[in-house]
Amino acid sequence: MSAFEPTKLDRPRATRDWSAANAGTAKSVAAALRRADLGDRLRSLALAAPLLLLLALSFGIPIVLLLSRAVYDPTIADALPQTSQALVGWNGTGLPDDAAFLALAADLRSNQAKGTAYELAKSLNARLPGARSQVLKTMRQLEAADRPPLEVMKAVPFWSAPGTWPVIESGTHSVTSFYLLSALDLRWNSDGGIERVPPEQAIFLQVFMRTFLVAAAVTLATLILGFPLAYLIASVPKGLAAILIVAVLLPFWTSILVRTAAWTVLLQKFGLVNDLLLWLGVANDRLDLMYSRIGLIIAMTHIQLPFTLLPIYSVMRTIQPSQMKAAYSLGAKPFTAFRRVYLPQVFPGVMAGCLLTFILCLGYYITPALIGGASDQLISNFIASYVNVELNWEMAAALSFILLVFTLALFGIFARILGLDRLKLV
Amino acid sequence: MKIANARLFAFAAATAFITMGHAALADELSIMASGGAWQDAQRKAWFEPFSKDTGIKIVEQEYLGDLGKVKAMVDTGNVPIDLVTVETATVLQGCDAGILERLDYSRIAPREKFIEGSALDCGVGLDAYGDVLAYDPNVLKQAPTSVLDIFDTTKFPGKRAMRKFPAQNLEWALMADGVAAADVYAVLATPEGVNRAFKKLDTIKQDIVWWDAGAQPPQLLASKEVVMTTAWNGRIQNAIDKDGAPFKIVWNNQILEYDMIAIPKGAKNPDLAYKYLAYISQPEINAKLASYITYGPVRIDAASFVAPDALPKLPNAPDHMTAYLVADTEFWGDYGEDLVKRFNAWLAQ
Repeated sequence: MSAFEPTKLDRPRATRDWSAANAGTAKSVAAALRRADLGDRLRSLALAAPLLLLLALSFGIPIVLLLSRAVYDPTIADALPQTSQALVGWNGTGLPDDAAFLALAADLRSNQAKGTAYELAKSLNARLPGARSQVLKTMRQLEAADRPPLEVMKAVPFWSAPGTWPVIESGTHSVTSFYLLSALDLRWNSDGGIERVPPEQAIFLQVFMRTFLVAAAVTLATLILGFPLAYLIASVPKGLAAILIVAVLLPFWTSILVRTAAWTVLLQKFGLVNDLLLWLGVANDRLDLMYSRIGLIIAMTHIQLPFTLLPIYSVMRTIQPSQMKAAYSLGAKPFTAFRRVYLPQVFPGVMAGCLLTFILCLGYYITPALIGGASDQLISNFIASYVNVELNWEMAAALSFILLVFTLALFGIFARILGLDRLKLV
Repeated sequence: MKIANARLFAFAAATAFITMGHAALADELSIMASGGAWQDAQRKAWFEPFSKDTGIKIVEQEYLGDLGKVKAMVDTGNVPIDLVTVETATVLQGCDAGILERLDYSRIAPREKFIEGSALDCGVGLDAYGDVLAYDPNVLKQAPTSVLDIFDTTKFPGKRAMRKFPAQNLEWALMADGVAAADVYAVLATPEGVNRAFKKLDTIKQDIVWWDAGAQPPQLLASKEVVMTTAWNGRIQNAIDKDGAPFKIVWNNQILEYDMIAIPKGAKNPDLAYKYLAYISQPEINAKLASYITYGPVRIDAASFVAPDALPKLPNAPDHMTAYLVADTEFWGDYGEDLVKRFNAWLAQ
């Protein structure tokens, strides 16, 4: 961990120095060294291969398969082969010709025969609310077959409504941008452009923003609480430091669910925190701490504190007190010494702790569900609801994808500013 | 090498033996229900008597009512459950998504013997429950007389709890805004109707605490977090009967719904599952559940078999059927996903 340990960078540098001194044989030596390096690398890769394989099989592939659902949804295209054919030449405005109506009628009947009618109805309904019962109703009427199919189709106003055919047409392409756009509160308009959805339906941008705000607030709170505590632990005698570290780690080993449940007991209207505040005379009335943003941030801060504190502490432990003394002896005031000598050395630990907490907060699920109010639900709660309740896994995949992109982008920015090798996690 | 082969053979034989042993024990029915007092009641009323009568062992599993888990089972072709209990709206959803088996009622009971809306293509009704209003008379000095009183914050100040879901709340909002019960779903199918319902909910938005799980409403009342709450009647009655809670239930303008049971696609013992469905759909057996939890039978002809002391607490007891609304499953199948999204957007504003 110390800066004096040799690192991998040393070897190429040595090569370069050497080659400058002896240009003639330098090339072959450098090549030999590279070969030796390659052997090393292959050997270490081979050792890591089982782990990499396990990661790819159990982690990588399922993630890719699930995320691909965000852009690949062949249900409608598979269910409507004849309609897809009939719509090939359609320009997308107005109603298509009668051949398309007839093709749709034929597709509907074959779906009913195959027993896939309901899946089609559900898929269409996800894009066009109300389509479900119209599809099922039309199918029943087609089955009765007392009228020609075209007449049945034209008699149901839904099939001649302005918004219906563009949606069917877009559904006949298996690769779709519908879900990703929805996850960003966008949609295709009838002219083929992208527009914002009406404000009463726009939801996800707000939720993403809220997720980032809550994560930032919790990160800041853990930093404000964690930094002085880490300093305290790093500066007290070893025995006391061990006790303090255990005190920090003890909640760390307790399940998040248990800690969250404990906070609901403490924070509720007639709970201990409110009792205490009233008794101390700090508050005149019982505060709404449960089902509120403030309660959510308190609980999340408690859960995340060790994640921020430990990297900071591990860096602080390595800083020699003599450096500060040296700064004082050179005439620095305490704050200057702290700012110019101490802080730059702690910085990598602070960044690592904050990054860890921030990214973990982006995926919080159980605490917002139990302690947050209706307007404190984070993006994970919406993903869970699309997976479990709505059964719209395409939408869940799209939201997960956007979250993953945001998180990776953020990580990339951090790594760029700081350099990944300077991050000190433990 | 020989030793390794011998061990391999022993292992294979043991595996085969275990599998065979499992096949011999095939008279086992795996039922997934959503736990709590309701599952306890089902065990006493149905699981145990069924096992006793038929010799078929019932393996119970629990889940939280989310169909996502079942969908994952069906998608991967590994379905370790034979029956799953679900809400009505979920039956429709699961039917549409091809997760639930379409039922052959000739193997269960005549469909017309069930209360309307409780025998669906992919799910058969277990019991009827009411979405009601509950309050603590020690906290509220004046007693609410209708579920719609939840919208009256001047007469009943304080926080109130509602389920974090658009279903029921939108219906009540329209009824409180003067729409007749019979017209609720027709109005709600129009964009203007939806706006009207949300506008009514707006009037109490600041006073609402939202609940997700059925166990929360009695807790919220007990911890005095709220002065009144919407709830499933059985949960409140359970708190009154078992925990001695002082709560009262308001039945006026309740919404009547059904619990359902369904067979997931690819279930391993469909014949046993049908046997169980036929068993619990007999009127005298169907009525037995009411003795253990206050949910009513779904067989029309089961009323006479309900224990007399259980009857007055049921949602479909004659006294409670004066002003009520039957939840429209088809409507929620069509507009559910869209309204959930709109509801979530509204919550976030």
